[in-house]
Amino acid sequence: MSLRPLRVLSPTAILGYGFPEASFRNGLKKQPDLIGVDAGSTDPGPYYLGAGKSFAARPAVKRDLEFILKGAMALSIPCIIGTAGGAGAREHVRWTEAIIAEIAREQRLRFRMGVIGADVSKDLVLRAMQEGRVRPLSPAPELTADEVAASVRIVAQMGPEPVIAALENGCQVVLCGRCYDPVAFAAPAIQRGYDVGLALHLGKILECAAIAATPGSGSDCVLGTLFDDCFELESLNPQRRFTRISTAAHTLYEKTDPYRLPGPGGTLDLSAARFEALEGGRVRVSGTRFEPAVPYTLKLEGVKRAGFRTISLAGIADPVLISCLDAVLDEVKERVREGIASNGRVLFHVYGRNQVLRPAIAFEGAPAHDLGVVMEAVADDQETANAICSYVRSTLLHFGYPGRIATAGNLALLYSPSDIPCGEVFEFNIYHLLEVADPESLFPIEVREVGA
Amino acid sequence: MKRVALTELAAVIRSKNAGPYELTLDILFKEVEDYLFLKRINFFTRELFAELYHVPLARIINLVYFDPAAAVKCTMVRAVVSGAVGDTDIYGAQQHTPLLTLQVPAREA
Repeated sequence: MSLRPLRVLSPTAILGYGFPEASFRNGLKKQPDLIGVDAGSTDPGPYYLGAGKSFAARPAVKRDLEFILKGAMALSIPCIIGTAGGAGAREHVRWTEAIIAEIAREQRLRFRMGVIGADVSKDLVLRAMQEGRVRPLSPAPELTADEVAASVRIVAQMGPEPVIAALENGCQVVLCGRCYDPVAFAAPAIQRGYDVGLALHLGKILECAAIAATPGSGSDCVLGTLFDDCFELESLNPQRRFTRISTAAHTLYEKTDPYRLPGPGGTLDLSAARFEALEGGRVRVSGTRFEPAVPYTLKLEGVKRAGFRTISLAGIADPVLISCLDAVLDEVKERVREGIASNGRVLFHVYGRNQVLRPAIAFEGAPAHDLGVVMEAVADDQETANAICSYVRSTLLHFGYPGRIATAGNLALLYSPSDIPCGEVFEFNIYHLLEVADPESLFPIEVREVGA
Repeated sequence: MKRVALTELAAVIRSKNAGPYELTLDILFKEVEDYLFLKRINFFTRELFAELYHVPLARIINLVYFDPAAAVKCTMVRAVVSGAVGDTDIYGAQQHTPLLTLQVPAREA
């Protein structure tokens, strides 16, 4: 069997990160069969899933989607959006859907859209736990009923099956909730019978767009072409190219083990993968295999609320204070504990002496000329966090320490108001695998006639 | 044995989350020969990374030599889960610095 080459346009690494118009036009000229775009990641941390908010700004997402939807309509090709709104829960899908509806209205576009949810109810997870169908993704701990109860939102990463179902239903645009990153690029290829391993490996690279090219960029367009027995990658910006190293290196990116990449329903095996440089800044990849797993597993992601946060930012330049800062900060914590009876937490982050590396490795350099201090309070409600932070700031500002010369104040406070309420704080508490009999059952598809 | 700075041999030295619970370090070499030499003498070990990062050996999840990219990869359990209270590097993108001062055995010319 010989399939004709399938061309997949990936405009940007994350919807809303942007791309040069010229690169996108170059992509459309190559007559792609699909535009895929990934909108999500857990990298920005637990807040976005917890709060139901997008980490990309609305005007930026709208700008990118306008090009993508108009391009897909002009060529009459499908467009698949993975992990809407960054975290792919119901709120994120609705948020993206409203932007799409607005663009369709303004640009007079008409299309059938499949909207696929990825929310998972607590009841479903609890039932699955009782049936022994939930296990931790190491190093996450074993899941407990208390943690499920504490979670505010749970999503599952869908595989290609629900997306294929939407495409078979005639949907030209598919808007997905939380989804395995390669799916937005690989689903049509898998639907048409291309090799699953190659399709998913191509998707793994395309979901990051030009990050896998050199010089790398999170905001530029690339094209992948899938054949029977290999795929090829090319940059759509003449200033970038794919090299053997840049492509193979991307296989390492954000992965635990570059040889084995687990996903919904199986594992990509790269132990026989080959990366060959071609002329024109292109690279050919072959040899990747997909090993289906039985039973089929989906990755669950969930977060719980850890409290509310308030911070205050300041600099410290006094060399006497710098020389005894740790003792002073410990005493301030003690004063706060005495002064405010609450179960809130106080944290100091002192920049300029090895704050970034964790666990903290003893700082051996010369004392810094000045230090940055973030005073942080986390408590059960915002008012308490504000009160603790305020107390920390005023105590540290006027704290008298041995040898003090500058008796007017210890902090160069950065702003007025000096304290910044940051709102809710979330923590990941579900990062587990769920065994399912039917990979489509968790992902309801709603079909809409947009612009009709 | 003569030593050379890892930064002389590497094209890329980086850190990043591999999911919210793991931190992964990548070293990509400019010359395949340097990579193969350090692989042959098994210079990069779990013990080396545990020592460099002041973490117990049990926290090192994986150490891989990846021939297709002439790269070494080490993955460890994060000290604090990404974004949890007390975490100071949400993306894990600035944890590579202990590798910048590492000296490695030099290959005979």
